[in-house]
Amino acid sequence: MNGLQSGFGAWNPIAWTLLFLGVLVIALLVRSRGRRDYKRGTGQTRVFLSGNEEPEERGGLHVRGDNLYWGMIDGLAAYYRRVRALHTGVLSDYVAWLVGALALMFVILVLVG
Amino acid sequence: MSIGNFPFVVAALLIVLGLYALLFKRNLIKMVIGISLIETGVNLFLVMAGYRTGGMAPIYTLAPTPIRDMVLPTPQALTLTSIVIGLATTALLLSFAVFIHRHYGTLDIQEIKELNG
Amino acid sequence: MNALLVHAPVLLVAVPLLGAFAVPILGKLGRGVRDAFVGLIIAATAALAGLLAANFFAAGAVPFVYQLGGQSVGIPLLSGGIPIRILFEIDGLSAFMALITALITLTGAVFSFSYWRNRSGGTLYFSLFLLLTAGIFGMELTGDLFNFFVFLEITSIAACGLIGFRVWLRRSQEAGFKVMALYTLSGLFVLLAIGLLYSEYGGLNIGYLASTIGTGILDKVALGLLLTGLAMKAGAVPLHMWAPDAYGEAPAPMSAVLVANSQASLYAVFRIVFTLFSATVSATALGWILIVLALLTIFVGVTMALVQSDIKRLVAYGAVSQIGYMLLGVGVGLAVSAQAAPPAYGFVAIQGGLFHMLNDAACVGLLFFASGAVIRAAGTRDLNRMGGLAHHMKWTTVFFAIGAFALAGVPPFNGFASKFLIYEASFQLSPFLSIVAILSSILLLAVFVKGFQAAFLGPRPSQPVEKAPVGMLVPMAVLAVFVIGLGLFPGFFVDHIVTPAAKALWDGPAAYITTVIGLGG
Repeated sequence: MNGLQSGFGAWNPIAWTLLFLGVLVIALLVRSRGRRDYKRGTGQTRVFLSGNEEPEERGGLHVRGDNLYWGMIDGLAAYYRRVRALHTGVLSDYVAWLVGALALMFVILVLVG
Repeated sequence: MSIGNFPFVVAALLIVLGLYALLFKRNLIKMVIGISLIETGVNLFLVMAGYRTGGMAPIYTLAPTPIRDMVLPTPQALTLTSIVIGLATTALLLSFAVFIHRHYGTLDIQEIKELNG
Repeated sequence: MNALLVHAPVLLVAVPLLGAFAVPILGKLGRGVRDAFVGLIIAATAALAGLLAANFFAAGAVPFVYQLGGQSVGIPLLSGGIPIRILFEIDGLSAFMALITALITLTGAVFSFSYWRNRSGGTLYFSLFLLLTAGIFGMELTGDLFNFFVFLEITSIAACGLIGFRVWLRRSQEAGFKVMALYTLSGLFVLLAIGLLYSEYGGLNIGYLASTIGTGILDKVALGLLLTGLAMKAGAVPLHMWAPDAYGEAPAPMSAVLVANSQASLYAVFRIVFTLFSATVSATALGWILIVLALLTIFVGVTMALVQSDIKRLVAYGAVSQIGYMLLGVGVGLAVSAQAAPPAYGFVAIQGGLFHMLNDAACVGLLFFASGAVIRAAGTRDLNRMGGLAHHMKWTTVFFAIGAFALAGVPPFNGFASKFLIYEASFQLSPFLSIVAILSSILLLAVFVKGFQAAFLGPRPSQPVEKAPVGMLVPMAVLAVFVIGLGLFPGFFVDHIVTPAAKALWDGPAAYITTVIGLGG
């Protein structure tokens, strides 16, 4: 019907979406069999942070964007130190990359081609 | 005495000088001059590509009756187009340089690296 | 109607060009007149592109040539076997790229209307915008190398004018200077290569040159110059460093159109490598050069995106990394196309790479529009200082999420459809390629989760938030509909639009050449 064939596999998004909706229906069925005494907006849904009440001033509660993947970035620190240092922001370095790539391309094409 | 390959050598020399100015000079205006030198080198190369030894200008009107060899007119059209394009790009580059000086207070390319990383 | 169809290739360049020069005059009559005129021009251009592509694909995707001036001028097309007129040649790949450009410029223009609603200076912006549109269409439709160079420079100048448009911001001037210097340098490399080819063969037409090109050292030098110059404009690592500056500092609607500009340069790389220089260097070597560039682009693009704290630079590095996927798909196809019995996965790889161009244009456009709305609402571009926008801007949140999931290759969106083809095909060539590609897709999802969390999630913001106006939501909705539609019905689009484009590359330059050479007979 509608779908992609790659020669080694097939992908049919309509079938996938129907499967996804089916699983969603099953999940909602399971949810509907839960407790009936859960009400939103009452004291049951108040937020506590490590046992303390949520402060009124919520400005400092949002995890900053830079802190989100601290572990991964710190793990790759050696790679980032070198690669970020290469992105200097100076135009002469950009032109040097261009001329270097041109020279490399000449060497490869003349030797290999 | 024919001129040989000398103009091509000059064109290559101009391009190399322009690249040197782009790579090793720190003043923005000198970099723009470097780009202009590269343009000149490429335009010289284009014009020389159409030259035929002993040829005359490619104009048929009032040409001498046994028509001698003419140089190719197409590279001359290409060069004119390229000169005009070079004018537009140099104007834009220089106007950006003026605004950069107004904002940063310097024309040193090593100081203008706020957008890095 | 028939006249429109016959002249559509040149009208696609002429109509935006007319608009670009008429807008400053009509802009004096008032903002409404200017907006209506620009809308009319862009709608006409998009309709022409759709008409051209629909007619072309329905007629079996046979390449055809459009002669400027027609027969009435009395000058023959070929003189001694060399085409002496400027010819536009439309084949499958050109028509496909014209469709992509039409989509992005149409939605970009509609977004620009509401972007410039309360600011002054929009008239000149629209003039440059229409000039850029004309240049991109010209680059994609022309069959003449020097004409291509002229359109390349037109797009360079217009794009840099738009990047540095807001002269009161210091960073945009810095970005404008750097990008203009690099674009000019790469344009000069391209011109040098064109001069070399002209002095060797005496012709400038791509079809003619492809039929007579040899394997000498001058041809290889020309190929190296063209490939490096155009790969720099497309944004391949290690020549990509201008791209985050350019996409990040341009006004939000322009970033999407700049991506279309980069894709047009990528189209030129494919045209040169597949059609023009097919006889010069072995396809395997060229294919592996493209694959190495692609892997570098994919990996460095996405890892640099992870550490950005500016939302537009984040999306810009994501866009840079997606160019790598297109290079990977087409590179794999090129690397195996020279074998005696080329395996079928080469064709699938090219299909994946070209389909990804369409998907990437739609998704990145959607993401840039959404970031523009976010910057407007939060008043800042720093990801560390915004938050909680989902409470007020529900539609923008949904659109950003759709764009992010689609670009990262999450089913059932369109990014997965094209990446599926690329993964499967590149795995057959070497498993390492598809491992890098898949891991980078996962990292890209992480990158956009970072952007989404920093901008939209969190407690309600303390300052008032300016919601995105309808004029900004409509182009986002159009692109989101495209993203979902391309995702749910990929087979239709791949069979009718992408396969003729892929065939134009896979079957070799023979069809392209005979369309031009056969004009004399």
